[in-house]
Amino acid sequence: METLLTSLTNHADFIFLLILMIILGFEVISRVPAVLHTPLMSGANAIHGVVIIGAIIVMGQAESDNYLALILGFLAVILGTLNVVGGFVVTDRMLEMFKKRKKN
Amino acid sequence: MANGILILSYLIGSVSFIIGLKMLSHPDSARKGNLYAAIGMTLAILATIFFYTDSNGVYLKNHLWIFGGLLIGSIVGTLAAKKVQMTAMPQMVSLFNGMGGACAAIISIVEFKHMLHAGNTVSSDVVLSSTILIGLVIGIVSFTGSMIAFGKLNGNINDKTLPLQQLINIGLLVLILVLVTGMVSGMIQGDPMTLMYVVLSVSALYGVLFVMPIGGADMPVVISLLNSFTGVAAAFGGFLYDNSVMLTGGILVGSAGTVLTVLMCKAMNRSLTNVIVGSFGGTKQTGGGGSEVGGTYKEISMSDTAVLMMYSKKVIIVPGYGLAVAQAQHICHELEKVLDQNGVEVKYAIHPVAGRMPGHMNVLLAEADVSYDKLLDMDEINPEFAQTDVVLVLGANDVVNPAAKTDPASPIYGMPILNVEDASHVIVNKRSMKPGYAGIENALFFQPKTSMLFGDAKDALTKLVAEIKSMA
Repeated sequence: METLLTSLTNHADFIFLLILMIILGFEVISRVPAVLHTPLMSGANAIHGVVIIGAIIVMGQAESDNYLALILGFLAVILGTLNVVGGFVVTDRMLEMFKKRKKN
Repeated sequence: MANGILILSYLIGSVSFIIGLKMLSHPDSARKGNLYAAIGMTLAILATIFFYTDSNGVYLKNHLWIFGGLLIGSIVGTLAAKKVQMTAMPQMVSLFNGMGGACAAIISIVEFKHMLHAGNTVSSDVVLSSTILIGLVIGIVSFTGSMIAFGKLNGNINDKTLPLQQLINIGLLVLILVLVTGMVSGMIQGDPMTLMYVVLSVSALYGVLFVMPIGGADMPVVISLLNSFTGVAAAFGGFLYDNSVMLTGGILVGSAGTVLTVLMCKAMNRSLTNVIVGSFGGTKQTGGGGSEVGGTYKEISMSDTAVLMMYSKKVIIVPGYGLAVAQAQHICHELEKVLDQNGVEVKYAIHPVAGRMPGHMNVLLAEADVSYDKLLDMDEINPEFAQTDVVLVLGANDVVNPAAKTDPASPIYGMPILNVEDASHVIVNKRSMKPGYAGIENALFFQPKTSMLFGDAKDALTKLVAEIKSMA
């Protein structure tokens, strides 16, 4: 119990953020027309590409003689970018089609 | 100063994700929402490159490498996303999702080495090592799972079930848990790098076996689930680097993705555990229980179909994956316009899981300029079938299978379906009598009021439109 409370104190900011974000995620999504499920999934997919930031940090901290970190970091940056850029572009393509119908 | 700019950028980034996601939930603002989230992401990325400092105040280096990676990823990502066909959209999302998962896993591998390098043992900082390991497990499961989902939707991989599949999967999951807790608590001794690679391999295998037996009908749920997995993996990365924007983005997607997954399950009237543990594809019961479906079906000619539709008051079109495969959305809209000009009321009935992903049909029909208010959800349209003269089922199968209501032994029993049988006539366009993606026979096809119009949806509709035009 005590260790639990200590770690709660140590990570108070994180725990607040965690709980609030979970609730926010639920609230934001809970009333969505089925029409938008696919673009929404795709958009959310692009947003979790934020993991790219971690890849950039790995890459940026790699020592020039640490080839494993350099190579893995470089690979991670590419993969993360694919997730972000591909995700946003695909979502935009889907949504572009919704736009067009308005001209009718 | 630099740190202030970084925090401000992260704040803007986080807010843009939340607002972007919110705007994505409304048809009118969706595109802008996507754009805002993308701008926020760009800002967060650039701020990280130039203003991020470690605990000793050292800035990031290797800028050339970073920008090189960003450039390659951007070019390939943009090209892939621009080139992909509308029908292949679901597997594309799955592919990009897998990239994110792999990215998270790689970060964990490097940081694990880092941790050991700094002189820590795995059990000396439990929070740190478990964060790294859990991020690794979730990231790699998301990666291999997404790749299998991609292969399945792309038609490269078939549904496969090993004997005792469920036991094997549960066993692997337990093994991963035991390995991770054993490593973190120090109960399992050994070379930490080797152990980490064992965890990596077992998790990768679990990701494969997790998705392998799940049938096509459940694929949307799986992609959505893996999507939220990657979100959680990103959040673990955020915790690792104490990085607020990774945390907000990751948790937000983890949570929103879970809601979306549950919404999809609800639409199919199945529980999430049911989807994961008991799969459609694998446990296809051949003997016992399942009532016999069969008998004779009747075909209808093109001109009869044209006459029938021309002299109807109301026609409802039920699109399915067959429409997407045949790329028949434009000609379908054409048919709708021709009928409309002749005073026939045309509506589309959109089942929540029609196609391979929720909303798949909407996106496809929107591409063909079909008006938004002609697309009706299942709950809205179901009462209307009774006043409908002709229902045209275009390459849909499981979503109109009456077995979901009448046959408790059917794997899709309990799934809400479109009540097309209430209409006076049902015309089903299919390429052959082959069962749908869930592999179940459909009694609808053998009913007296049903007629079959065989052929590729695009060919059939082109001929039908020509036929109707010649009559009008």
